[in-house]
Amino acid sequence: MQGATIRSRPVYPGLAIAPLARRHIFALEGEGAGALLDIAGDLTPEVLGRSQILYVARGSLGVGHHGALQTLGAAFWAAPTVQPLLGRLDVELSRSHMGTRLYLAGTEGFIGQAMQVAAAHGIDPASVITEHRGSRARRVQCVHCKGVTEGVTASPFTCGHCGLNLYVRDHYSRRLGAFQGVNIDAEEPGAVPPPEELYL
Amino acid sequence: MMGDLQMRVTALHDEAAGIRRVRLEPVEGGLLPAFSGGAHVVVAMPDGDVTRRNPYSLCCDPEDRTGYEIAVARAAASRGGSAYIHERLAVGDVLTVGAPTNLFQPDWRAKKHILVAGGIGITPFVAMMAQFARAGLAFELHYAVRSRAAAAFAGVLQDRYGPRVKIYAADEGARLPLGALVQNQPLGTHLYTCGPERLMDAVLETARQAGWPEQALHSEHFMAPPPGDPFTVTLGRSGRDVAVAPDQSLLEALEAAGINPRYLCRGGVCGECATKVVELRGTILHGDHYLTPEERAESRTIMICMSRFSGDRLVLDL
Ligand code: FES
Repeated sequence: MQGATIRSRPVYPGLAIAPLARRHIFALEGEGAGALLDIAGDLTPEVLGRSQILYVARGSLGVGHHGALQTLGAAFWAAPTVQPLLGRLDVELSRSHMGTRLYLAGTEGFIGQAMQVAAAHGIDPASVITEHRGSRARRVQCVHCKGVTEGVTASPFTCGHCGLNLYVRDHYSRRLGAFQGVNIDAEEPGAVPPPEELYL
Repeated sequence: MMGDLQMRVTALHDEAAGIRRVRLEPVEGGLLPAFSGGAHVVVAMPDGDVTRRNPYSLCCDPEDRTGYEIAVARAAASRGGSAYIHERLAVGDVLTVGAPTNLFQPDWRAKKHILVAGGIGITPFVAMMAQFARAGLAFELHYAVRSRAAAAFAGVLQDRYGPRVKIYAADEGARLPLGALVQNQPLGTHLYTCGPERLMDAVLETARQAGWPEQALHSEHFMAPPPGDPFTVTLGRSGRDVAVAPDQSLLEALEAAGINPRYLCRGGVCGECATKVVELRGTILHGDHYLTPEERAESRTIMICMSRFSGDRLVLDL
């Protein structure tokens, strides 16, 4: 898990079952499956009977956990990619009532995107239970062209949209679920330090 | 305090049996500082030789910047504030009123607002509902009262908001259907409660048991400082002793002695009056809702608006 040294960076305390919740929705990405499997001991038949697991296998290690999640015995649905998972989460939340708790686990980019879906339903981000798992790759928005690049592991990197060389700032926008990328060679085009692999 | 306003009483009206509404307008004329639903003001009132400063929720439409309105229940064991307003205050009198402070803000991201009031706890909701209605937000009010005769604002709220206002009169055998209230509410609903402590505890506990997260629960405690045995407090910086009378709070005694500590709520919830304890021989009788149990046990901090002391020596960092 990553530390919380910078104030605008979100904190991910780890999955724990809210004992009084009437319903539990788990949205898991890649290695995020492990966050739920690690607390399988707390998943009583009662909790599982009230649970819905949404899973997408795009993990930093590329290994699927479908089988292990399915054997837990809760309602399970696997998405082919992140977008349909977010779409399904949106539908589940629109059918939900107070008393439903949302759990998110996976990369920071995934948690940020799912958090935006939750916020659109009026869910307070602080009431969502989160755990960071898998790659530390960042989702970065270019402050110049506004294009979002997924899975950024090094800084500086080249914006996939406008081609500028971007330095990845530690500033995280909850609204966008992304870090900021700022042009690094505006003064002297081409004067770009070698990229460092920071977010593997 | 900074931002204090001189305000003239321009109307007094009995909203219900034992509940008086007071309209205050600025002596100097002009527009008042804006406020939002849930805000309160601290009103200074003479009571014998002491000045009482009591917090009251604003219960008027926040769009009206020409006056503030408060509603005050006649308390059975009044510490002065309420008796003064009911027995002595007259149209034309001038009062010192602090700038509005909001410690009971609605969460504007909510999809729906459920308000649960008991008795005089209706006041902050009157202002909130004016804002919700104007903004087109979903809300409902559940209002528990002893009897309809004692239900302040019931008529006007029902006229304004129709079926969104539900009244439960105890003398008709009606009770707040708490369990049903917290069921099947859409995600993004926030719950607010104001009224007697027992009612608020029941409301919040019912919602928690139904799986509501703390972030969706809001409550406003308005408590008067408890009376108690007299005691003496020593000011660490000057070495001066200040006596606290039985019906006076520590904060009031300090103010009477010419010291002006910081405060916002005067009811033990905001944390503004936290004061460092320099020396303690005795027991602090914590009366606030702010300190954690560990902080109470340590007693390195005292909330001077609500807490008292029993013992030989209490020195504060003042
Ligand atoms: S003034 Fe708010 S806690 Fe004392």
